[in-house]
Amino acid sequence: MVAGCAITVPRMGRDFRKPRVVFIQTDLVGQMDGRMKIESRYLLAFEDCLRDCVSLVGGKSTGLGSMIRAGIPVPPGFAITTHAYRAMLTGSGIEAAIAELLDGADSEDVEGLEKTSRMIGDMIETSPMPADVESAIRAGYAELTALCSSEQDAGTEGPGLPVAVRSSATAEDLPGASFAGQQDTFLWVVGVDSVLDHVKRCWSSLYTARAIAYRIEQGYDHEKIYMSVCIQKMVNARAAGVMFTLNPINGDRSKVAVDASWGLGEAVASGEVTPDNYLVDKIAMRIVRRTVSSKAIEYRANPSERRVELSDVPADRMDIPCLSDDEILALSRVARRVETHHGCPQDLEWAIDADLEPPNTIVLLQSRPETVWSGRDRVQVSSGDRSTMDYIVANLLTGVRLRHSSPDTDDGGGTAS
Amino acid sequence: MSDTRFPNPFEVPTPEGCEGWENLYPYYYLFSEERREFEESKFWFFDGMHHPEVLYPFDTITSESWWVALGEMNTRVFIVPPALGIDQRVLNGRLYISANAITDEEVVGERVAHFMERAGYYYENWDELYGNWQDKARQTIEDLKAVEVGALPDMESLDVVHSGRGLTSAYDLLVAFNRVVENMHKIWHLHFEFLNLGYAAYLTYFGFCKELFPDIPDQVVAQMVAGIDVLLFRPDAELKKLAAKAVELGVGDAFKSSTEPEVVLGVLEQSEAGQRWIAELEKAKDPWFYFSTGSGFYHHHKTWINDQTFPFSGITDYIGKIEAGISIERPMAEVIAERDRLSAEYAALLDGDDLKNFNDQLGLARTVFPFIEDHNFYVEHWHHAVFWNKMREFGQIFVDAGFFEEVDDMFYLHRFEVEAALYDLISSWGVGTPARGPGYWPKEIVRRKVLFEKLSEWSPPPALGEPPEVVTEPFTIMLWGITTDSIQNWLGLSDDDGGDYDLKGFAGSPGTVEGPARVILSADELADVKEGEVLVCPITNPSWGPVFSKIAAAVTDIGGMMSHASIVCREYGVPAVVGTGFATKKIKTGQRLRVDGAAGTVKVLD
Repeated sequence: MVAGCAITVPRMGRDFRKPRVVFIQTDLVGQMDGRMKIESRYLLAFEDCLRDCVSLVGGKSTGLGSMIRAGIPVPPGFAITTHAYRAMLTGSGIEAAIAELLDGADSEDVEGLEKTSRMIGDMIETSPMPADVESAIRAGYAELTALCSSEQDAGTEGPGLPVAVRSSATAEDLPGASFAGQQDTFLWVVGVDSVLDHVKRCWSSLYTARAIAYRIEQGYDHEKIYMSVCIQKMVNARAAGVMFTLNPINGDRSKVAVDASWGLGEAVASGEVTPDNYLVDKIAMRIVRRTVSSKAIEYRANPSERRVELSDVPADRMDIPCLSDDEILALSRVARRVETHHGCPQDLEWAIDADLEPPNTIVLLQSRPETVWSGRDRVQVSSGDRSTMDYIVANLLTGVRLRHSSPDTDDGGGTAS
Repeated sequence: MSDTRFPNPFEVPTPEGCEGWENLYPYYYLFSEERREFEESKFWFFDGMHHPEVLYPFDTITSESWWVALGEMNTRVFIVPPALGIDQRVLNGRLYISANAITDEEVVGERVAHFMERAGYYYENWDELYGNWQDKARQTIEDLKAVEVGALPDMESLDVVHSGRGLTSAYDLLVAFNRVVENMHKIWHLHFEFLNLGYAAYLTYFGFCKELFPDIPDQVVAQMVAGIDVLLFRPDAELKKLAAKAVELGVGDAFKSSTEPEVVLGVLEQSEAGQRWIAELEKAKDPWFYFSTGSGFYHHHKTWINDQTFPFSGITDYIGKIEAGISIERPMAEVIAERDRLSAEYAALLDGDDLKNFNDQLGLARTVFPFIEDHNFYVEHWHHAVFWNKMREFGQIFVDAGFFEEVDDMFYLHRFEVEAALYDLISSWGVGTPARGPGYWPKEIVRRKVLFEKLSEWSPPPALGEPPEVVTEPFTIMLWGITTDSIQNWLGLSDDDGGDYDLKGFAGSPGTVEGPARVILSADELADVKEGEVLVCPITNPSWGPVFSKIAAAVTDIGGMMSHASIVCREYGVPAVVGTGFATKKIKTGQRLRVDGAAGTVKVLD
């Protein structure tokens, strides 16, 4: 089921749980009884990316859609459906040429694949985009820009909203077909022409030599793998990182563990910095441990250069916590909501967006099921054969046992340390 | 840390001018050559938590009572497997105590079966036994109140003859004194009838929570068992009710006329509404004004019943708040809802045996917790307030007989000396000759007062002797918060963890605040505490209730997470760091502090 090309983008700094519904007014879209008529099938706002849209928009967008519908803050944006990709191939008449080039491609022939890949890429990137697809994307980008502009910027002709343009193959995230990491992500794309270029580059990334070889080896039909693209407001990350909705050290599910560093989350994900680490009791909502690290580098946007740069963290920010206590707790609350929403422990990527108004500055960029602990049964620490009385005696005796065995372990007493 | 130790008790010098201090205390209370080998083999620590001040000779009746009662319950009644009693000694007027862990595993093993049977009976029948306990405690207090301390008449009344009584006022006086002393011992037996069992069950649950959910904050574990209707908070609740009544009756302005209760009462008596308020006050007094502004362990700790300045200042503050539209109600519904939410959500993370054991242990902890929270009101507040006043009646008799100049001079005598003085008094009364007392005691009391002043200037070391490698005795850990870590801390051996703080203690009550310090060394200074200040004191007391609604945070020298200070601070939602060791020495009034009650740290910002 396809809901249509409504962009239902949350307003900046407003309550994300009440997204504002905006209809794109273009000549492509007709209106009927106040609902979007599915005339252009090329765009789908994240919140309309339902689970059964996965073949249309890919796993990334349906994941984001599910979070938005659960009231979880996600940077606004929309998916460019596989219909757009299909229209590009058929409308520009390159479909047959691509099929011909791929026919007889040999996964062992590295040089040949590279050549094929370049040719297909050139074909996609130089062929004109069908007019209806292009105007739908232009309209979508303009609307997203308008929604994310502050009140002062309204009406001014700026260069447009910086966005992340990410490819999402429709087989991605499906069991047995892992295309993760094979497609491209372009950060800090600004201006509609650039967006259009990068959409094409995403499409063509379906035909990297590696992707072609992978499909041949796995026996996938090239013509049944489609590409969707998400256009998402670029996070202006003051700090970012990852978090687990349990303690990854011991599997304790009453905790949220947060890794955080300055700038975009890439530094944490790639392991280029030792992040600050915070442990939060998510039931009591208390920070129970803080480890502040020396954070030497960060990824930041350079707006004038329109790109993301790696830079040194100035000395005065290097050794201080990159999150306030309020932010740590707000993150933990979001983590709890996501976990409850998905019904299982999660591994999350998040950022603090400097463009958003406090206190709602958190955005989630990715949510995946946690796989290490959630697959195991809880290890019981006690036995049903022992009564409370047995435990009381054991507790009283802890100290005595310690004296004879291991004086290095915890003293077994009940007081705080 | 075997290369570091505390002073040997036999080598601690007597402070200058304090020679002869030993005579203030009974022989068995002193470190002595006869037991030197034994005493040197023990590790002693200063019980600043209960007895921070120099012990008045008479006031050792409280420490001696718990010395006996705690020991008996562990050693002779419940047969606690690894622990006998807690020993006591007095050095330079200060109380040092030492745990007696049983380390012979065979002996411990033999004691286990007895403990299972005996303690098990109490846990199984806790509600019924505790119900009886409350009756026993009330009856003990009633018995104490009923003791009549009569004067010695020149001539016995004719009734004595007509009834053929054959006994006299002197005999009655002696009996009365003994009854009051016995009554003190009795209430302390009751105190320890349940206390250690209660703590053992609570701490077992506590340890289990820590095992199930490593890093779960201590306060949260406590929150899940927090009492609903805790007696200790009733006196403060009564002040709030009285404040509301004053506003309702339109007599709130009377409290602004003076800080002296007598003046305020004088104003109130002028009007019918004021008289109605006074009637309400009288109803609230018994028992809720039998409340000490100190720990109750010392005769001079002020009680609301004797000095209404403190409760009146609380009422005045509350009237101000009501008039300003500020809610003064404790959010009980929220406390209960939060307690239920927390326990349900933690339980939801468990399954199988752990879930069953969590529910069982939480259940028992909730069963025993009312005693842990409430016994303090019955014993240290209600009973002791009556006790000290009753003893003052004897003091008055001695004053009348010229033994003492002031009633409270009696507390410079040990109770055995008081009994001796009583013999002096009754024999002289009986014989009709002069007693020695009037010539002997006034001089002696002057000497003792000087000695006492000098002893007060002495700074007691936190501990004596060689510390054990590991603190194992459960009650030292449970009741005093003494752990291997805290001893390291006293020795200055703690690892610097690189944290940004000046003092570290126990995380008593969560929250982080900044504010100016107010260092308070005794309850008399409480009136100086201003809105938004951080209270810094040796130990807080539940009867300081109204102060908790003013302060931004509390920092204490002494106490653990189950000490009264922590319980009260959590109940009032005031951040607290307890057991810092040196807060009142390191911090000066007026310094800005940052108190982190969750981390247990204090930072001096100036």
